Amino acid sequence: MIRIEHVSKSYRTPKSTVNVLDDIQLNIAKGDIFGIIGFSGAGKSTLIRCLNRLEEPDTGTIEINGRIITGLKDKELRAAREKIGMIFQEFNLFDSMTVFQNVAFPLKVAGHPKAFIHHRVHEMLELVNLGDKAKLHPSQLSGGQKQRVGIARALVNQPDVLLSDEATSALDPQTTYSILELLREINRKLNLTIVLITHELDVLQHICRNMAVLEAGRIVETGTVDKFFMNPESDTARRFVHIIEHYRDKRVVMEGMGAGI
Amino acid sequence: MRDDLFELLWEGLLETLYMVAWSSLFALLIGTVLGIILVVTEKGGIIESPVLHKVIGTLINSVRSIPFIILIVLLLPLSRLIIGTTLGPTAAIVSLSIGAAPFLGRIIENSLKEVSAGKIEAAKSVGAPPFMIILQVLIPEALPALVRGMTIAVIAITEFTAVAGAIGAGGLGSLAIRFGYQRFREDILIATVLVIILLIQIIQWSGDWISKSLYNKRFK
Repeated sequence: MIRIEHVSKSYRTPKSTVNVLDDIQLNIAKGDIFGIIGFSGAGKSTLIRCLNRLEEPDTGTIEINGRIITGLKDKELRAAREKIGMIFQEFNLFDSMTVFQNVAFPLKVAGHPKAFIHHRVHEMLELVNLGDKAKLHPSQLSGGQKQRVGIARALVNQPDVLLSDEATSALDPQTTYSILELLREINRKLNLTIVLITHELDVLQHICRNMAVLEAGRIVETGTVDKFFMNPESDTARRFVHIIEHYRDKRVVMEGMGAGI
Repeated sequence: MRDDLFELLWEGLLETLYMVAWSSLFALLIGTVLGIILVVTEKGGIIESPVLHKVIGTLINSVRSIPFIILIVLLLPLSRLIIGTTLGPTAAIVSLSIGAAPFLGRIIENSLKEVSAGKIEAAKSVGAPPFMIILQVLIPEALPALVRGMTIAVIAITEFTAVAGAIGAGGLGSLAIRFGYQRFREDILIATVLVIILLIQIIQWSGDWISKSLYNKRFK
């Protein structure tokens, strides 16, 4: 489904060169929910943004659903992007448009007729449980509702892949879970491939099946999420798992003391 | 006070409004194009083009560094070419438009830059082409800020018309100088100033009102 081969990218400053992505190799299967985890500055965001070329990789090949994304010209790239949905940490909804118009925007881009747009947008709003909010503006919604609009907008063109760029990082834990549940449901219903980046282990544990650990622009570990928690191999993975074990122990101790967390 | 006061004031006001309206319109058209080019061609913009960005930026800075009264003189031949004369309100519209356009360009550039890069990326990520992003995302998202900026510009243009009045453009500025100053008509001088103060207030109030109602529609 998604094939990333030898992808590298570096930023040159007058004084030095920083390798943000260093020879990335990754395969993601159709219908998978694939998590990429790493500490801040590991290059996660750059990597996921290379998949729809919001950032240009310096070298390497990216193939999505049989199409070589890295070789596309402007016009072909725009057509390809219609089939790669993306959701963002800051939602990035358009304040000048209503919820309906936000979700309709990608369909207008794709040149669909009005009647179809109307039907399809309402269908999407039902899917994300916002059927009654079509006429509101984004500012009238809660964070979780905003991200649901973001998801509806990203999926309205029936993409092959959904890219999630820290989509739950600005949300509280409860809202995060409801969004993750929604993503899981959509993955099951539509057999949609989801690639998400996160620095939250909870997110990984909750919905991902396979994953990769990114450290300083390199993939240091890939495999199933279960293996990551049971038997972490890389130092970074151990550091991550160590953090939650530390808190788990603490919680056991505090529950033992009657703190009742 | 003499009985010709109101007639003179009314005539001056109409000429001023005529110059402000047309100059604002033309300056806005040119300025909008300049502002959009500046924003979309900058590094990381929708149609990145450092050379064009530099050329337009330098052009704007050059025109803006010429004092307005000198710019009018420099543009006199152009007025003669387009309008056929260098005197009167219509001739002044040429210099006013060209003099104010670079200023508007910068104001529009600043307003458009208030739109977060994330929104533009969201539009890119669904495959929207550059012109669609400019017309349907960039401009609508910046609209409340654009209206505030344009209000500043229209007020500046009103001030410019008074300056242009000094060298034969007509309007309230010329009235104040020709009658108030050169013929010692203090009543006209004071009345002109009062009318200009009122005019500027009305422009500012209207701009604030439009911007606020746009804003309220989005952020209830």
